[in-house]
Amino acid sequence: MNLDNKLSTLKYTPDTDSHLKPVQEDCVKCKNRPCINTCPAGVYEWLESENRLLVKYENCLECGACRIMCEKNSLKWEYPKGTKGVTFKKG
Amino acid sequence: MNKKYSIIQFTKQTLANDTKEFMSERTNKTDVIIVGGGPAGLAAAVTIARAGYETVVIERGSFAGSKNVFGGAIYTDATREIFPNFEQTAPLERKNIEHKFAILGEDDSTIISYRKNPKEAISYSVIRGKFDRWMAEEAEKAGAVIVEETVVRELILEGEKVIGVRTEIEDYYANIVILADGVNSLLSKQIGFRKDIKPKDVALSVKEVIKLDKNIINDRFLINDDEGCIYELFGGSMLSKLGLGFIYTNKDSVSIGLGITLDELNGTGIKPYELLDKIKEHPTIAPLIKGGETVEYSAHLIPEGGYKKLPKLSGAGVMVAGDAAMLVNNMHWEGTNLAMISGKIAGETAVFALSKNDFSEKILAKYNKELEKSFIMKDLYTYRNLMDVMHDKKSVFMDFYFKKINAFFEMFTSVNGIPKRQLYRTFIFDFLKERGICGLLSDGWSVLKLIWSILIK
Repeated sequence: MNLDNKLSTLKYTPDTDSHLKPVQEDCVKCKNRPCINTCPAGVYEWLESENRLLVKYENCLECGACRIMCEKNSLKWEYPKGTKGVTFKKG
Repeated sequence: MNKKYSIIQFTKQTLANDTKEFMSERTNKTDVIIVGGGPAGLAAAVTIARAGYETVVIERGSFAGSKNVFGGAIYTDATREIFPNFEQTAPLERKNIEHKFAILGEDDSTIISYRKNPKEAISYSVIRGKFDRWMAEEAEKAGAVIVEETVVRELILEGEKVIGVRTEIEDYYANIVILADGVNSLLSKQIGFRKDIKPKDVALSVKEVIKLDKNIINDRFLINDDEGCIYELFGGSMLSKLGLGFIYTNKDSVSIGLGITLDELNGTGIKPYELLDKIKEHPTIAPLIKGGETVEYSAHLIPEGGYKKLPKLSGAGVMVAGDAAMLVNNMHWEGTNLAMISGKIAGETAVFALSKNDFSEKILAKYNKELEKSFIMKDLYTYRNLMDVMHDKKSVFMDFYFKKINAFFEMFTSVNGIPKRQLYRTFIFDFLKERGICGLLSDGWSVLKLIWSILIK
């Protein structure tokens, strides 16, 4: 079962703005980009051609792993608005 | 009062009118605001409402439980302290009667199992989406107000004192604010109660709920209807890493997941869900979930720093409970019980402070004192050195010894014409050669020191 299938089991109400805002200038300099590997929802992807971090915030599970892993505190991380984001029916 | 408030559905004006029922007119003020509708927040709400004070729980999800994830189990003893008759009305899945400890090698395993069907259940598996909602309904019955779909963005301060919360819509004021806003607790951070969490002090958990027929679960886990079985999984895809897996049985589904210390994932290229997929494919585990359909994937952080990493727990006008206070006993897989009891103690402290009409840091420090007296701080203190030792020795304790336990049983059960004495001697020789006398002495010393700190001082 690939990640997309896993994520398709979830109910999402995506916002129009991202609740995850990386400081892209810092991401360019970041060596490890631990957010990419750590995220359990594959939210982050490095776009080599555009030299920037793609943030698929619609898939976010709101766990906070990226916030803690971001080495230079270069990620503005907040909860999605009250009606938005993921809903766990089982938890 | 027995009514749900969804702030976002009201215009500001309607809300102001509606809230007059429970907040003093115009001032938007209540006795206690609780941020977060999980086990800690709702235990606090019930305690305060039952004592006759006004309390408002602000939950960011569309219902209590909708942002919450756990293994997991709730514990009878702690739950009963807050909901004495919960077994009659709460949505419970299965009463756990068997606890299995499975050491997974690459393709083998050794399992130790303890089974007893106690008269009084120790724990029940639950579905948080149902159980947390039930707790919220109980809190409403007691007189608490639950406001859903509302995010508290920051605390409102007057000097050092917390006097209210700022949501997207409006500011609300209270004599006391209880932070039960979960492991990430941005609010504790805002007021300097906690420093930045280090990746080694938190575990990332990923989990799947796999739907299976009730009778298939009964057959595969050797249990009857309403009886549950827990697996603690060591090793497997997490050999040499600081991580453990789990399985809990629900009525007609199985929860399987793992928790891995965040720093283990840095620079490895291994994704957390891939580790879970490997566990699911392990020959010991695969038959348990064969043919099941994953109905929900989820992830959550677990605070693992223990006693030495506890944040500040109370201050003027504020207390912190549950995961927000990092109250987890990872050695015994306990979390929801620490959340409920810390919430209850925070609630009792709030009631005491309200009766004195004094919300100073000094009065609310009673919360810390009561926590110290309870099993919560005693247990966290008992295991204060555990994570240091595990971080230090994980490549040995979480790899070498697990492999050797499986290797021993592989040797012991082998029938291959080789004389047994030779088998034993080869096993012991390999063991000593691979770990070395110095290594063994160092491991033994670490274990002795750890046991000393657990049992003596």
